[in-house]
Amino acid sequence: MQSLDLLPMWVTILALGVFFYVALDGFDLGVGMLYNFAPDRDARNLVMNSIAPIWDGNETWLILGSVGLLAAFPVAFAIIIPAVYFPILLMLLALIFRGLAFEFRYRDAEHRTFWDHGFAAGSAVAAFAQGVVLGAFIQGFHVQGREFVGSSFDCFTLFSIFTGIALMFGYALLGSGWLIIKLEGALQDWARALGRRCLIGTVIGIGVVSLWTPYVDAHIAARWFSWPNFAYLAPVPLITAALILYAWRSLNGRSDYGPFFAALGLFVMSYIGIAISLWPMIVPGHFTLREAASSPSTQAFLLIGTLFLLPVILVYTAWSYWVFRGKVRSDIGYH
Amino acid sequence: MQLDPEFLSRLQFAWVVGWHILLPAFTIGLASYIAFLEGAYALTKRPVFLNLSQFWLRIFAISFGMGVVTGIVMPFQFGTNWSRFSDAAGNVISPLLAYEGLTAFFLEATFLGVLLFGRKLVPPSMHFLAAILVAGGTLSSAFWILATNSWMQTPVGFEVVDGRYFPKDWFEIVFSPSLPFRFAHTVNGFYVTTAFVVLGVGAYTVRRGQALAEGRMMLRLALWFLMIFVPLQIVLGDAQGLNTLEHQPAKLAAIEGLWDGGKGVAASIIGWPDQAAERNLDEIAIPKLGSLYLTHSWDGAVKGLKDFPADQRPPVAIVYFAFRIMVGVGLAMLGMVALGLFLLARRELDRAQWYLRLCEFTICLGFIAVIAGWTTTEVGRQPWTIYGLMRTADSVSPSLTGGNVLLSLLLYIAVYLVIFPVGISIMVGIVRRGPAGSEEVSPIGSGHPKSPIEALAATGPEGAR
Repeated sequence: MQSLDLLPMWVTILALGVFFYVALDGFDLGVGMLYNFAPDRDARNLVMNSIAPIWDGNETWLILGSVGLLAAFPVAFAIIIPAVYFPILLMLLALIFRGLAFEFRYRDAEHRTFWDHGFAAGSAVAAFAQGVVLGAFIQGFHVQGREFVGSSFDCFTLFSIFTGIALMFGYALLGSGWLIIKLEGALQDWARALGRRCLIGTVIGIGVVSLWTPYVDAHIAARWFSWPNFAYLAPVPLITAALILYAWRSLNGRSDYGPFFAALGLFVMSYIGIAISLWPMIVPGHFTLREAASSPSTQAFLLIGTLFLLPVILVYTAWSYWVFRGKVRSDIGYH
Repeated sequence: MQLDPEFLSRLQFAWVVGWHILLPAFTIGLASYIAFLEGAYALTKRPVFLNLSQFWLRIFAISFGMGVVTGIVMPFQFGTNWSRFSDAAGNVISPLLAYEGLTAFFLEATFLGVLLFGRKLVPPSMHFLAAILVAGGTLSSAFWILATNSWMQTPVGFEVVDGRYFPKDWFEIVFSPSLPFRFAHTVNGFYVTTAFVVLGVGAYTVRRGQALAEGRMMLRLALWFLMIFVPLQIVLGDAQGLNTLEHQPAKLAAIEGLWDGGKGVAASIIGWPDQAAERNLDEIAIPKLGSLYLTHSWDGAVKGLKDFPADQRPPVAIVYFAFRIMVGVGLAMLGMVALGLFLLARRELDRAQWYLRLCEFTICLGFIAVIAGWTTTEVGRQPWTIYGLMRTADSVSPSLTGGNVLLSLLLYIAVYLVIFPVGISIMVGIVRRGPAGSEEVSPIGSGHPKSPIEALAATGPEGAR
């Protein structure tokens, strides 16, 4: 067991886990942001119903992502999380409001408007805060030894605030794609119209971050723009451009699933782009994946269970999506 | 005054975990109760079980949702405020936390969706299985988080390299010496907590005379259950106390308010532990009794607080009183159960208005005991995060200023003071509307579709209109 290098496996699992979180909670945070734009109360109910049975499972990936980071790269967890103290705080408080709005909104009729706004604003703040974390992560942190030594407010820069806004648009795009799958008729047209605006915002976001990131860090510029890397990496922007085109066409067309999967494709490409920029660092500028890795025994002990449990989780998650498949049904009574 | 990030971080952790623990304390028992009700309905087809299951599911949905969102806060606390601890102990505790997510959270979240929204979408057997899986998930969650906590209290199976902790024997780490006792005492305590809520709600339902069959069933189920589990809880508590004596003698000395160790020590009944003077003021104590119940011998030797350096003692008064509150509540519970069984035997239970009213007040007993017990064990292990090895003061994130933590603490306080009163009042509202018949009320005009969230209104204030 000792001779087997488990690190590549853990990098893959963690990368997948974080991506599952971004994709799954991304669309339901996006749905939350679009919620208050719905034309009337019946529409808002349908919008909320479209994610009510699954949001909790989606959010669980956040716990797995954070604990997975601690398990696979403890020192990275110990540096990054305190460095983004306030974005994390904002995210957690926003997720509290948004998660409770599902149940509280109807049972607390006196304050329904409060919980409606709590749901929409909570989703927006959570998305923004995650974008700030991403921006701060790309920028890097002040590190001495194994500790973050900067200030708790270092993470708020023009760049990270921009990535925060960009991620809001990206999640909203995913959310509109989900709503197009789940809604019909005039409401679906409404979701398509919103989706087009979100796509424009997302494209501006991807474009600006892509140009700004190399400017932030010379290493990243060298990686993308030196020859022959430029040629090898050219497919990344090219596929992204093709996906943008496809997303636009499917938003304007009649495809139910096109917009959602095009948006998901854009997230995959952005994710790959960031990975290429930062590889092989987990704490940019300070710790590589290997330097930050947990002990082989830790990796092995957790891997045994993960290899068995993760596929099981994926199967029953897929099953629950299957149970709640199709357009938001109007004949499903609660309990 | 200089703001101390360590003290404020401890306060923040106590605040977020203190509120959070109330929810699993209730939902772990409730999940099992609902699974039992679903099973009883599947076997007997008696509508009373279905009504009760649907009624408690409404309350479960609220409390479980609150448990989830306040629970997500917890693992992040390790990173935001206790990053030095995370770096030092990450290799050992992280798989335990990860296994909690892998074996529990996904199971609970996914099958709760099926349980709440899927009654008409999946076959009855699948719905029952979903109830069992949710209940199993809550128990697995309790196991792994208590395994983590127990390792921090009684660390074994590791080696220290450059101040960091590395695993040597995973079996020892997971099943550390205090785990079996802590797990049994905690989960049993959670079951008792839930049963006292069911008892109180049943009493309220019977007293109001609505849904009598459901109310009587709740009362009886709760009483029979508590008849076994309250005495068992006292036995399990004693076992955990003896385990603490063996592995955390300083904590036990604080619980006992015992400053001078030795043979044949007294049992302190009540007094005021004065940490500076190293003695108890105005104390009532019974000679030799302490040794008897701690060592099962009149002359057994027990270590006192003075056997430990002053900087290795917990804040004695907090531990001392928290423990006495817990024990007091336990005795009150025993009295309530004895009374209830006496009335039941005399066939007076449903008419004894005074007792039913008392049951409504004792809904909170379990929660008080849980907080008191948690305070005893967590304050009692101070000043250590990893007992005897890593100090709490060395665990806090180095980058935090007192102002940072004060700001975050105030925000957590503000948000929790909104969500908990609202959540509790919503659950009280559900209880007021009672277990029977509420599903039949149509929220909106006929011919209008009824969707999951809209259907919530059927049981909400609007539906009642």
